[in-house]
Amino acid sequence: MSQPAGTLYQRLRTLLRAEQPVALVTVVAGPGVGGKMLITPTDAPLGSLGHPELDRIAVRDALAELEAGRSGVRHYGPEGQTTPEDLVGTPTVSAFIESWAPPPQMWIFGAVDFTAALGKVAKVLGYRVTVCDAREIFATRRRFPMADEVVVSWPSPLFERRGHTLGQRDAVCILTHDPKFDVPAVQGALATGAGYIGVMGSRKTHAKRMERLAEVGVDQPEQLARLMSPIGLDLGARTPEETAISICAEIIARRTGRLAPSLRDSSGPIHGTLDGTGG
Amino acid sequence: MKELLDDIDRWQAAGSRVAIARVVDIEGSGPREPGAAMAVNDQGEVAGSVSGGCVEGAVVSEALAILAGEAEPRIVTFGYSDDEAFAVGLTCGGTIRLFIEPLDW
Repeated sequence: MSQPAGTLYQRLRTLLRAEQPVALVTVVAGPGVGGKMLITPTDAPLGSLGHPELDRIAVRDALAELEAGRSGVRHYGPEGQTTPEDLVGTPTVSAFIESWAPPPQMWIFGAVDFTAALGKVAKVLGYRVTVCDAREIFATRRRFPMADEVVVSWPSPLFERRGHTLGQRDAVCILTHDPKFDVPAVQGALATGAGYIGVMGSRKTHAKRMERLAEVGVDQPEQLARLMSPIGLDLGARTPEETAISICAEIIARRTGRLAPSLRDSSGPIHGTLDGTGG
Repeated sequence: MKELLDDIDRWQAAGSRVAIARVVDIEGSGPREPGAAMAVNDQGEVAGSVSGGCVEGAVVSEALAILAGEAEPRIVTFGYSDDEAFAVGLTCGGTIRLFIEPLDW
């Protein structure tokens, strides 16, 4: 249970530098203040909060928080009690679960000027950026130095190989206006758990694309409801950089469930999602 | 915390003791999310921040008191909405709770 001072921090430091998922649970109030556990999805937990059952519950909750990329305080009984009736008459152990999830991913299809601008803004927001285009002369590191990787490929092989790594926090932005490329990219993206799928194009391009998608069998309302097409918020953006802001603003608004009017013209709390989490 | 690692390494290599303050909870409008962190060494040097600059000074005093053994690791609350809150407030009117402790784990 106990280990030499410094062990836990050193392990945390190593994991953080390697961008590995990790959660640190710290008792911040109640019995055993300062008690800690370090939890990862793969390794045995390090440390203890002072009772085996409390440790078990803390590991369970920490893994869930890590999966969601969230941090926050949970309250338990000293022996891991969680239900209100079990907590009556016991002191409360308040544990801060801090989680470090790997950065969310943004996959951008199409090696165009909009891609460079979107890649830059995505990096500012902390995304790991992948740029994908089948045309070798356009999909170069030199044109997209901000990208974490530039993949020369058609969309389907990339989705087949790595689509399973996309989850709720991740975004797929399809910026090609070429049906040869964007139809398979949309099909590939819909087969993943990506939280945001945006497809660029004018109203006209969008209408034609929807016809082509229907031809290949993408016509279910629940599939189409996931597509943000045409991509972006209605900011009146013109340049690639302005468009990148409109796309990223839409990604944030979709995540928080906001309609994105100006704060001056709305009311209610400025922070938090509309489902009531956050402050 | 990630952005503090290099400073903490440097301080620890020089033999300094270090305290960590982390935002654990916010209410209302708060400038930083839970997990925002700041490190203070026993010379009073600081890395990172936990608000928009509203409470950092008070956090340093508290961290130094903890490193000197004059205070226990604990939750410290800043904000206007809590009667027991520190005199220092957040200009945004929210409340933040920080956990401050020595880095001895």
